[in-house]
Amino acid sequence: MARTTPSPCASTCAHRKWRSRIACPCIYLVDSGGAFLPRQDDVFPDREHFGRIFYNQAQMSARGIPQLAVVMGSCTAGGAYVPAMCDESIIVREQGTIFLGGPPLVQAATGERVDAETLGGGDVHARQSGVVDYLADNDAHALWMARRLVSNLNRTGSKPPPAPARTPTYPAEELYGVVPRDTRHPYDVREVIARLVDASEFDEFKELYGTTLVCGFARIAGYPVGIVANNGILFSESAQKGAHFIELCNRRRVPLVFLQNITGFMVGRKYEAGGIARDGAKMVTAVACASVPKFTVIIGGSFGAGNYAMCGRAYGGRFLWTWPNSRISVMGGEQAATVLAIVKREGLQRRGEEWSQDDEQKFRDDIRGQYETQGHPTYASARLWDDGVIDPADTRNVLALALAAATCRPDEGETPFGIFRM
Amino acid sequence: MLKSVLIANRGEIACRVIRTARRLGLRTVAVYSEADRGALHVRMADEAVCIGPAAARESYLDGDKLLAVAKQHGCESIHPGYGFLSENADFARACESAGIVFIGPPASSIDRMGSKSEARRLMSAAGVPVLPGYDDDDQSDAKLLAATKTLRYPLLIKPTAGGGGKGMRIVRAAAEFAEALAGARREAAKSFGDDRVLLERFVEKGRHVEIQVFADAHGNAVHLHERDCSLQRRHQKVIEEAPAPGLNDTTRAAMGAAAVAAAMAVGYRGAGTVEFLFDGTEFYFLEMNTRLQVEHPVTEMITGLDLVEWQLRVASGERLPLDQAAIPRRGHAIEARLYAEDPERGFLPSTGRLSRLRFPAATQDVRVDAGVEEGDEVTVHYDPMIAKLIVWAPDRATAIERLQQALEATEVEGVRTNARFLWQILGAPVVRAGDVSTRLLETDPSLAPGVEAHEIHAAWLIAAAACLHSMPGDDLGHANHAASPWEAATGFRLNGPASVRVALRLDTNGAPASIAESQPLQHWLSFRREPEGLAVVLDGKPHRVTLRRPASDVLEGYVDGHPVRARVELDHDRLIVRRHCLRFDFVEDTGAEHRVSAEHEGHFRAPMPGHVLDVRVKVGQRVEQGAVLLVLEAMKMEHSLTAPWTANVIEVKVQKGQRVEEGTDLVRLEPVE
Repeated sequence: MARTTPSPCASTCAHRKWRSRIACPCIYLVDSGGAFLPRQDDVFPDREHFGRIFYNQAQMSARGIPQLAVVMGSCTAGGAYVPAMCDESIIVREQGTIFLGGPPLVQAATGERVDAETLGGGDVHARQSGVVDYLADNDAHALWMARRLVSNLNRTGSKPPPAPARTPTYPAEELYGVVPRDTRHPYDVREVIARLVDASEFDEFKELYGTTLVCGFARIAGYPVGIVANNGILFSESAQKGAHFIELCNRRRVPLVFLQNITGFMVGRKYEAGGIARDGAKMVTAVACASVPKFTVIIGGSFGAGNYAMCGRAYGGRFLWTWPNSRISVMGGEQAATVLAIVKREGLQRRGEEWSQDDEQKFRDDIRGQYETQGHPTYASARLWDDGVIDPADTRNVLALALAAATCRPDEGETPFGIFRM
Repeated sequence: MLKSVLIANRGEIACRVIRTARRLGLRTVAVYSEADRGALHVRMADEAVCIGPAAARESYLDGDKLLAVAKQHGCESIHPGYGFLSENADFARACESAGIVFIGPPASSIDRMGSKSEARRLMSAAGVPVLPGYDDDDQSDAKLLAATKTLRYPLLIKPTAGGGGKGMRIVRAAAEFAEALAGARREAAKSFGDDRVLLERFVEKGRHVEIQVFADAHGNAVHLHERDCSLQRRHQKVIEEAPAPGLNDTTRAAMGAAAVAAAMAVGYRGAGTVEFLFDGTEFYFLEMNTRLQVEHPVTEMITGLDLVEWQLRVASGERLPLDQAAIPRRGHAIEARLYAEDPERGFLPSTGRLSRLRFPAATQDVRVDAGVEEGDEVTVHYDPMIAKLIVWAPDRATAIERLQQALEATEVEGVRTNARFLWQILGAPVVRAGDVSTRLLETDPSLAPGVEAHEIHAAWLIAAAACLHSMPGDDLGHANHAASPWEAATGFRLNGPASVRVALRLDTNGAPASIAESQPLQHWLSFRREPEGLAVVLDGKPHRVTLRRPASDVLEGYVDGHPVRARVELDHDRLIVRRHCLRFDFVEDTGAEHRVSAEHEGHFRAPMPGHVLDVRVKVGQRVEQGAVLLVLEAMKMEHSLTAPWTANVIEVKVQKGQRVEEGTDLVRLEPVE
């Protein structure tokens, strides 16, 4: 943390959310100048602003999630509460400082001139104030101490898998060739699954029904998982099958892995009449209410309500990662440009105005450009819409670590589902 | 055969004699000084008698006492071992008159060979080649100086009495002669009570080749081939081997015959060694040692004979067990003397308790003659030899390899040893080539004790690999599939190359100087798995390390293409890498600097109000860590204020009896680096 601007503030809150979900200890390596004064309105007053950091610290500590701080730089003003709110804290001598008001503020308020080390350095806090518990000689020493603190948390960490891990039959590096460059080109998602799961063994559920959604059981690094993967547009049958499978995994306490590559639910008169909204709602309900650990990897497109049904960020998954080829937005850029152009042209026509071909083209290009920019994984990741952009070849490793991490928190058991509209 | 023997010695030779004597059914009586109470030879013997204080003069060298003990305990014979009274003619005579068999030559033989000048004359007369020299009784400076004219420089001044190199001087030019003579006389007088000296031509690149001889009381004498003891340091043998490398059969035979002639000339009986100086073509008689030699096992290994058994048989009046022609000679044997000393500090003896002492397993080809066991003490009173390691192999090259391996398998802790130095000598190309001479160890700079930088560097890389090998879930470089994936030490990270980082510090406490002074002593090592092993980055430079673990404590493979093998042990938080007779102790580097806070500045203040009961330090005094600075009485309790680090006392601000308030400045210290 440098001075807290909206993004670090959101980042802190977001990270703590998933820490809270995983129940991992929090270790804060603190170097914060406090709130960024010029943008105080973005960081100070609201619910998820600065104050929430300390609220969360208190709440997590209360729930037995260890809070440890290593003060390696300044902790000024609000920043001072990070170590102060922690269970245990370490400070680096002649480097870390903690004070509610820094030397300039002290001078402004009382006229007292004091240097930072004398005001709130390691010796002051370790020997006199008691704000910190351990005094380190340097950064490396401080991190060593932090490791010692972790070893004293009396936590057992993640549980080993119930079965030994087996390497997939197909090498992960082949994923680079499996996924087409153009997201519009179809491919069989089982090719991806084969490169993620133990021994490339996958027991598919309802293989012959609702074929645009692939569901089935497998293991990753020995941990059992239920995989839900898109293999085309979601139809009513696929959505129903998905809801069924999610309910199944939830009952059996099998963690869910969503492989998202979805342009959305099928649209059109026939499908609306067939109640696709009703079936989509079933799957969304199932995802929202499933209380087993859920993990999502956006391996292609993530558009529209498909994002919800496939456990998008809003659906309480433990982790969500994206591949570098992924795109995320409410709909595809091309569709959005077309929809907005139609709406605009109709409006202009109603007012009897003209819209030149060139103007429309420019309008469409702008929309497409905006969607391309905002749907890009780096744009998304920078805004913490996910937990990171990962190398597809690392996916198995990442999932394995996450599945293991999920075992840190005891299973809270099945929770009721919302009403499934039948 | 004799029925009993008193062993008038200590250490490995006493143990060695006891073993054979017991095998032959003799009752063994050990003697010991107060310093050797509970020593190995005492524990091994059937009976053991304390003969006085630690000083050898009052114990192992006290002949009267030894004879008294022998009589008291009904010992038929006395084995003197080597050193102490083994070449003392008076003692041999005293034994004879007391009716106790002295296991050694007749006193007269000792007498004759004991005087270097008489020995030279006798040998010349017997046709044994001697070095041109001056050994006249006229010891005047003028006469000695005149002799130098015919002898030519360089020449050697030797005390007439004594041996072991004491008092010897090499003189290279006439200008040095007077001073060297005075020095030799002084030392001779001090060491042997006899300041007579003799002069000899000095052979610049001489080899020390000696012949083991044996004679019985029936007029028979044989030799048991030669030993080459050229690898010496200050006239002390370091490595001994048999046969002598590159010695042709003609010379060997001539040398053997000369040695037997020498023994016959003095009416010898028992085991003896005739030492020759060999210049590559000619050999000259140096002296005869009228006792069993330290290096006798080398001869035993190539002949398959037990020399102590022969000694006991001859002393019992038996004939020599074998004729000259029947004495075998097979393969090559080599011995290294393991000493408690520090080669990197001028071979200063090192004393202490042998907290660890492990030798390679004894086999037919590997023999360890030790006089101590783990837990025993190496004291200042006696020779600091810990053991002799002797190996046999069909050829010399293999024997050298095996001896190096035996040294590597030897672990000594508690004292410093010359093991690494011995290992280093055995690995030197000049030694491997057999191009040895008595001055080699002192003149060849490549044989100076020390640890080369690449050895230290390799140890760091091995330690890095060992860290990975010691992490849970790893054995052959793969994750252990039964554990949580978090326990696999793969160093996996998102969007970056997998790499594991370890901070290690080399703990130099107890390490030889060249390791202790190596820099830096802390390193961050990062390593990453590759299909062919580990890529280790040390000091920013990449290295390829491919090691497997054939046994739980062994790592072997390649470091940057060079074959390595090391023993690795994890002792609590300490990673010990043993390789090439070196020990490297690595500990996790915590980063702690143990600095004194700027604010604290070494002031020690009263923690609570009370009285100063005692002030234990003065200004200017140096205090060790943990030393009590002063004692306070407060709340009916005594509180000791101790030094947190080794420091100098800068100020003492209170006096005994003074009342102090909380926070009163008491003492100020300045840490000592």
